[in-house]
Amino acid sequence: MIQSLADGVLVGAILSLGAIGLTMVMHMLRFANFSHAELLSIGAYSALVFDAFFSGIMPILATTIGPLSMTWALTLAMLCAMGVTGISAVLIDRFVFKRIRDKGDELSMVFASFGVAMIIRNVLGLAFGLKSQLYSNDIVFAVMISSDPLLLIKPDQVFVLVAAILIMLILHYILSRTTFGYTLRAVAENPSLAAVSGIRLSRIIALIWIIGGLLAAAAGVFYGLNNHINPVIGRDLVLPIFAATIVGGIGSIYGAVLGGFIVGIASNMALLVLPSGYSPAVPFMIILALLLVRPNGLFGAPQT
Amino acid sequence: MTEILLRATDVFAGYVKDLPILRQVSIEVKKASLTLIIGPNGAGKSTFIKAIAGVVPVSSGHIVLGGQDITGIRPDQMAQYGIAYVPQSDNIFRTLTIRQNLELVLRKTKRGPARIADLFAQFTPLADKQNENAGTLSGGQRQMLAVAMALAVDPSLILMDEPSAGLSPKAAQDVLQMARDLTAQGVTILLVEQNVKQAMRLADHCYILAEGRNQHDAGAAALLNDPIVSEIYLGGKRVGAA
Repeated sequence: MIQSLADGVLVGAILSLGAIGLTMVMHMLRFANFSHAELLSIGAYSALVFDAFFSGIMPILATTIGPLSMTWALTLAMLCAMGVTGISAVLIDRFVFKRIRDKGDELSMVFASFGVAMIIRNVLGLAFGLKSQLYSNDIVFAVMISSDPLLLIKPDQVFVLVAAILIMLILHYILSRTTFGYTLRAVAENPSLAAVSGIRLSRIIALIWIIGGLLAAAAGVFYGLNNHINPVIGRDLVLPIFAATIVGGIGSIYGAVLGGFIVGIASNMALLVLPSGYSPAVPFMIILALLLVRPNGLFGAPQT
Repeated sequence: MTEILLRATDVFAGYVKDLPILRQVSIEVKKASLTLIIGPNGAGKSTFIKAIAGVVPVSSGHIVLGGQDITGIRPDQMAQYGIAYVPQSDNIFRTLTIRQNLELVLRKTKRGPARIADLFAQFTPLADKQNENAGTLSGGQRQMLAVAMALAVDPSLILMDEPSAGLSPKAAQDVLQMARDLTAQGVTILLVEQNVKQAMRLADHCYILAEGRNQHDAGAAALLNDPIVSEIYLGGKRVGAA
C-alpha cells in the first residue's frame, strides 16, 4: 500500500505540472483544450533530440548525475525543450485557437483542440516512429527504503518529485509575490477589468501559453525519465490531467496541484483493489464523486 | 470660458457590427467638471462611456480628448491617454489584496509605493485593510477602492459607470460626493447614474440619452426640477430626436 502511495505521489507531481497550464488556459480562454497533454509529448521528444545533440557535441555531458539516470546533457536538453514547447504552445494558439477565438466561437475551439492533438500525435509518430524510446538505456535499480512494508524508490523518482515541487514553489512565489503574478491572477479573475486596468491581454495570453508549455515540457521529461516515450503520451495523460484540473477547480492553480496529487494517488491506490484494466476509469470516478459535492471543484469559483 | 476636455461628435457604436446602440451621440465635457449622463434603461449610457474607453468599438464619429483623437483606442491604452474607467460591477480584483490591486495599476510607474501611500492617506478605510483580500470589502469600500485604482494613474478624465448601484443610500451619497470632490483636484468626471436626483445635485452639466440618441442637455441645476426629466424616466414623452 505504501508503495502505491509513493508511486501515486510521483505520478501526481507530473499530473500537477500538466494541470497547472491546462487550468490557466481553460479559465482564461474559456475552452477545454484537449491538446494540452500533447505539449508533454512535444517536451519529451524535444528533450530527446536535444539530449542526443548535446551528448553528440560534448560526450562529457552524457555522464549521469550521481545516482540518477539523468545526464547533464538531458538537463540542458530539458531546458531547451521547455523553450521549444513554450514557443510551440504560442504558435498553436496564434495559428489555430486565436483565429477561432477572434470569431467568438468557444465550442469550435474545443473541437479544434481535438484536431490539434491528433495532428501533433501523428507528426511525432511520423518523425520519431511509433516505437517506444528511452532517455537512458542504463538500468537504474530502485533503492529499498523499507522491507516491511516493502517500499522501493528509484533515485529518479525522488529527483522528479523534488524538481516538480521546486517548480511549483517558484510558480507560487511568482504568483503571490510579484507584480507579474498579480497580473496573471488579475487576468484570470476578470479579463475585461484587467484590460481597462492597462493590461494588454494578448501579451498575457501569450505568456500563459508559454508558462503552460514550459511546465508541460518539464512534466513530459519527468514522465519520460520513469516511462517509455512514445507518440501517445498525450493520449494517455489527457484524461488524468483533465481530471486533476476539474477536481482542483478550473482557474485555481493551487487546486490543479492538489488535484494532480489526488488523481495520481487515487489511480495508483485503486490498483490495490481493482484490476489494472479499470485504472483509467478511476479519474472519472473521482470527477463524478467530487462534482456531486462541489460542482466547481475544490478551489474553483463559479464561472460568470 | 472653461476649456473643453472631452468632445465626442456624432458617435455611432455598438457591440455587434452594423447594429449600433449609439446613434449620433455628441457631448462636450468641461475640464474639472462633473458631467452626468442619465436616461432610461437601454438608452446607451453605459455603452457610450465604454465606447470612449475603447471597450465597445466605435463605427463612426470622433472622440477627442484634450485635442487628441482617441477614437477606437484599445482599453489597455486608456491610462496612456489620461483616462481611467470605473465599471459598474466587478470593478476590483477580489482575489488580490487591496494593496495588490493598487500595485497592479501602478506597475508601470517607478513611484508606485509613494503613490499608494498618498492614496491610503486619502482613502483611510482602505489603508486599515490594505493586506486583506478586496473581496472582503463592503459595497461602499469596493467602490472606494475602484475609485482609488482609477485615481492612481493620475488621469485627467475618469469615466464612472453607475458607481452608486447596489449601495445603501448613505454609501451611494458618499460615493457621489467623492466623485464631486475629485473635480476640486482638477479631475474631470463623466458619470453615468441611475440615482438621478442625488447625482444631479452634485453635477455641473447633464446629458439625457434615450434610445441611443441625445435627447436633451443643460446645466444640472436647471434640469433638476425640469418636468421633462421625470417624464423621460417614466417612459413617457420624448424630446424631439436629435
